[in-house]
Amino acid sequence: MADSGGTDEHDKKDDVERSKSEGKELTKEEKQRLRKEKKQQKKHKEKKDDKASQESGKENKSASSAAAAPQLPTQTVKVVKRLPEHIQVDNPEVLKKLAKKLERQQTPVHGATIKIPLRSDYGYKVSLFSHLHQYSRKAPLTQQLSIPSTVIHPAVVRLGLQYSQGIVAGSNARSVALLHAFKQVIRDYTTPPNEELSRDLVNKLKPYISFLNQCRPLSASMGNAIKFVKKEISNIPTQCKEEEAKSKILNCIEWYINDKIILAAKAIAASAIEKISDEDVILVYGCSSLVNHILFEAFEKRRKFRVIVVDSRPRLEGREALRRLVQRGISCTYVLISAVSYILPEVSKVFLGAHALLANGYVMSRVGTSQIALVAKAFNVPVLVCCETYKFCERVQTDSFVSNELDDPDDLIVTRKGKTHLENWQEVPSLGLLNLVYDVTPPDFVDLVITELGMIPCTSVPVVLRVKNVDQ
Amino acid sequence: MPGPNKETDLTERVEAFLSDLKRGGSGTGPLRGSAETARETTELLRRITAQARWSSAGDLMEIIHKEGRRMTAAQPSETTVGNMIRRVLKIIREEYARSRGSSEEADQQESLHKLLTSGGLGEETFRQHFAHLKANVIEAIKELLTELEGTTEYIAIQALEHIHSNEVIMTIGRSRTVEAFLKDAARKRKFHVIVAECAPFCQGHEMATGLSTAGIETTVITDAAIFAVMSRVNKVIIGTQTVLANGGLRAVNGTHTLALAAKHHSTPLIVCAPMFKLSPQFPNEEDTFHKFVSPHEVLPFTEGEILSKVNVHCPVFDYVPPELITLFISNIGGHAPSYIYRLMSELYHPEDHEL
Repeated sequence: MADSGGTDEHDKKDDVERSKSEGKELTKEEKQRLRKEKKQQKKHKEKKDDKASQESGKENKSASSAAAAPQLPTQTVKVVKRLPEHIQVDNPEVLKKLAKKLERQQTPVHGATIKIPLRSDYGYKVSLFSHLHQYSRKAPLTQQLSIPSTVIHPAVVRLGLQYSQGIVAGSNARSVALLHAFKQVIRDYTTPPNEELSRDLVNKLKPYISFLNQCRPLSASMGNAIKFVKKEISNIPTQCKEEEAKSKILNCIEWYINDKIILAAKAIAASAIEKISDEDVILVYGCSSLVNHILFEAFEKRRKFRVIVVDSRPRLEGREALRRLVQRGISCTYVLISAVSYILPEVSKVFLGAHALLANGYVMSRVGTSQIALVAKAFNVPVLVCCETYKFCERVQTDSFVSNELDDPDDLIVTRKGKTHLENWQEVPSLGLLNLVYDVTPPDFVDLVITELGMIPCTSVPVVLRVKNVDQ
Repeated sequence: MPGPNKETDLTERVEAFLSDLKRGGSGTGPLRGSAETARETTELLRRITAQARWSSAGDLMEIIHKEGRRMTAAQPSETTVGNMIRRVLKIIREEYARSRGSSEEADQQESLHKLLTSGGLGEETFRQHFAHLKANVIEAIKELLTELEGTTEYIAIQALEHIHSNEVIMTIGRSRTVEAFLKDAARKRKFHVIVAECAPFCQGHEMATGLSTAGIETTVITDAAIFAVMSRVNKVIIGTQTVLANGGLRAVNGTHTLALAAKHHSTPLIVCAPMFKLSPQFPNEEDTFHKFVSPHEVLPFTEGEILSKVNVHCPVFDYVPPELITLFISNIGGHAPSYIYRLMSELYHPEDHEL
């Protein structure tokens, strides 16, 4: 549909423009909304956007506002982005729009048009979470793809499968894998005739991103990486030759990985080691690549400490961390999260990793992190969160319900002594299983956040975000 | 000859009970619930009273002391055994005092005034022989048994006073008392229950299937999600293994985290515990409080390469301080945690605190 194609165009332009300049005044949004309502009967597109903006409540659709109002001189307040689809599963309109969008994002190749399949939900969803998706790991999205899937690059298909099966997990690992896959895509890309590289490549990436989003919802770090890549691509000047442009983009991506992830980890380790003294007992939760890195570095520098690894069902990621630590020769203890109030009197510090840091100072991390921070606070043990700045996110959230990820509920089923109590949970109508992936930790539980820019309190996250945006 | 047969029979029963206790005390939950253990202990004590040879209350109390020490040594974490023994000892003291004709106040806790004025009360030796003492004691123990049988029912009856409709209730692990409590309320009200599964034994799964077959909307969550979902919970209702003398709890591991999360969100924490779980012990974190089971539950032997280099802990119980508890519901009604010490003085005699 032509007008929806126009929305995408405005999307892209808006992304680019917004990253260059600051957004519109908030008061203008009221006027824009009024203008939209006036044009309601006239344009079909205005009508659709208006419905969507009413549904999303206080959030505004930046695309329609960009289309409706002229750009105004900058103020400090940014335009809020539209609500992501993956937290509006209970809204059938949004699901229909997504299905249409996935259809649109096909590019006809050799006469065949293959669309990205829509993944269906599985199992009974707890009513508190009916606005989120719940997929089964046994039914990966790739089963619905037909061969040859010429629309989607095989590197991206492989990545999507690795995401959905949990083979690649952890926000750093996922981001790095994503960027490597993009590099492969860009290497194999050739500009079609009569098209500009800067515009066409971004359009090429869109279906891949939708596909990956269907396999597993994108993390905040991946979102930031994608924004960076898109910005770099659209900044390529038009007169640049294709080979030169491609190598430029590849170098940019390399630089991003090196600077934001690898060097940042080194800087964070250097400052975190000052916080580890001899005879320390350090508690870690699950498997965070950054926290593990810090512990390895501290061990290299001959600090004497021991580590307590806390783990939780059903993912049991702590066992991986345990293996890596034991291999290095660090003395470890291992408990489950229900025993954390037994073990905490022995602990001197708690090191936690983060999935994202939200703009209101909340820490979004693996489910269970907020619990550990709570108990540590009750026992007066300092809690230190280690997080690179590329994971800082402009979203705000106060509880773990509005935006989360639901994992396969069958993971909770366990067989003990030959009996599996929850085996037939689907047949019992009033029984539901809940397998949350993330939770948010309030900033008063966290004593310090260690980033590559220094050691900051949780409440300084929006300051860092502002500084970063001014730089860009 | 009936005498020796009875005695051997009695010793056999005691030995069987002791070995049952030793075997059944693994962390997955005893082979039978605390109510059953309490009932069996009381039955055994009734038999000992009926069949053992004793002439005065003092003798009986010594016999029961001796057997009681053996029973508690067999499974120190099973505190209901000790509690029942103390109840029976208190019954014997009361019956003795009644037979002697002195008022019951003489047995109360000694105040400083009483110590200085009366003086001679502490030298009670219980040596007098009373003909009807045996019959009275056995009668009183039978009353105790009937009380034990009705405890779960009396707790469940109070359910409708505490649960309103459309509530979200959270619980952890598996407690027969709480299950009966919630099922009784579900007959008249509609509400939603969230069960934390309580790894590594995952007793929460059994609880959830039990509740959902009764038609209650149940959700099973992992232990890690307790704080995450707590903001939507209206009440937390838990069971416990023991109620300590200061009003604190010795409950299944993970309960302390649950209590802290409830406190953070100002959610009331209600403990359903029958009176036979009340123990005169104070929390002693050193040797006797914690019980550990095989670390195989936490880190299985399949992880062989790292097992030898790692310390693994699998504690069974958690201590919950009384400040985190809002209400105790027992078979005699509801109490605040600050009232527990008073109930204890009614149930047990201070000299029996140390068996």
